[in-house]
Amino acid sequence: MSTLHTVNKSPFEKPSLDVCLAHATAGAGVLLIEDGVYAATKGTAVEDRVKQALDSVKLFVLGPDLLARGFTEDRVIDGINVVDYAGFVDLAAEHDKVQAWL
Amino acid sequence: MSETIKNFLYLNRKAPYGTIYAWESLEVVLIGAAFDQDVSLAFVDDGVYQLTKGQDTAGIGMKNFSPTYAALGDYEVKKIFVEQESLDERGLTLDDLQHLVWEDEDEDYAEKDSIKLVSRAEMAAIMDDADVVFSF
Amino acid sequence: MPIEVNGKTFETDEEGYLSDINAWEPGVAEVMSKEDDLELTDEHWDIINYLRDYYEEYQIAPAVRVLTKAVGKKFGKDKGNSKYLYGLFPYGPAKQACRYAGLPKPTGCV
Repeated sequence: MSTLHTVNKSPFEKPSLDVCLAHATAGAGVLLIEDGVYAATKGTAVEDRVKQALDSVKLFVLGPDLLARGFTEDRVIDGINVVDYAGFVDLAAEHDKVQAWL
Repeated sequence: MSETIKNFLYLNRKAPYGTIYAWESLEVVLIGAAFDQDVSLAFVDDGVYQLTKGQDTAGIGMKNFSPTYAALGDYEVKKIFVEQESLDERGLTLDDLQHLVWEDEDEDYAEKDSIKLVSRAEMAAIMDDADVVFSF
Repeated sequence: MPIEVNGKTFETDEEGYLSDINAWEPGVAEVMSKEDDLELTDEHWDIINYLRDYYEEYQIAPAVRVLTKAVGKKFGKDKGNSKYLYGLFPYGPAKQACRYAGLPKPTGCV
């Protein structure tokens, strides 16, 4: 059983990402969307925690939400995959279920 | 009734697009600008994300309202305070933000910077000095 | 009520503002001004085109006093006053010029 977790809240506004990472089991996928995409950007106060998470889960970030907020792919932490909407669908299909962290 | 000029501070703490607060704040500022008051904008916490340059919302099907911040100078909004610590926590610098200016009519429309970076302590003083704080 | 321009139909809101700013074409202003018994001159078009440019750049229709100031800067100090603008658009630059330009009602126009 592997789960795709989605996080749509800014890591500076709500603890959703931390709580998600604390519950995500090894091999799970975590997709950052909407205001959640800020966690994927380099140089933030949460960067270390996000990098640490890469040891146990796969991290993805939704490209259109990044671009809307003024961030291009080169601003994303290495190891996090940028996906488009089609990629979102593929991820949802590849995992057994999708669990949202609001 | 005597006209009293009040010092209004609009406090912006939310990222754009994820919630409606950023756009709502901008609309209220533009509407409020019609009432000759002393207006300042403060960007703190995720609010600093509102000012990032290069926003492109074509992919998410939402109106890109970031160009509207550049109109603030026309609306006599000349004091935009951005908290340095909030930028630091987010790995951002002044270079990541739009260059917002206002035109000084008295100096042949010379462009002057609207954004001023302030420390958290300075921001606290700005909040203290305001007569009215509108929170978004 | 929708308006007819060169055989095409344009949707408007209850106040007569175009529903879709991107659908605008100059004929829209021609038809709207005819309904108001107003003949559009180059001076009118200066304002209408300026409003469209302003919206394109800032994504809002300017408040009347912002427009007044901008017109003064762009077209000469003698034109940067509400008398000049109301002379061109008797119903007001917001109600008339923005509407002709296909813009929404100006932000800050209550």
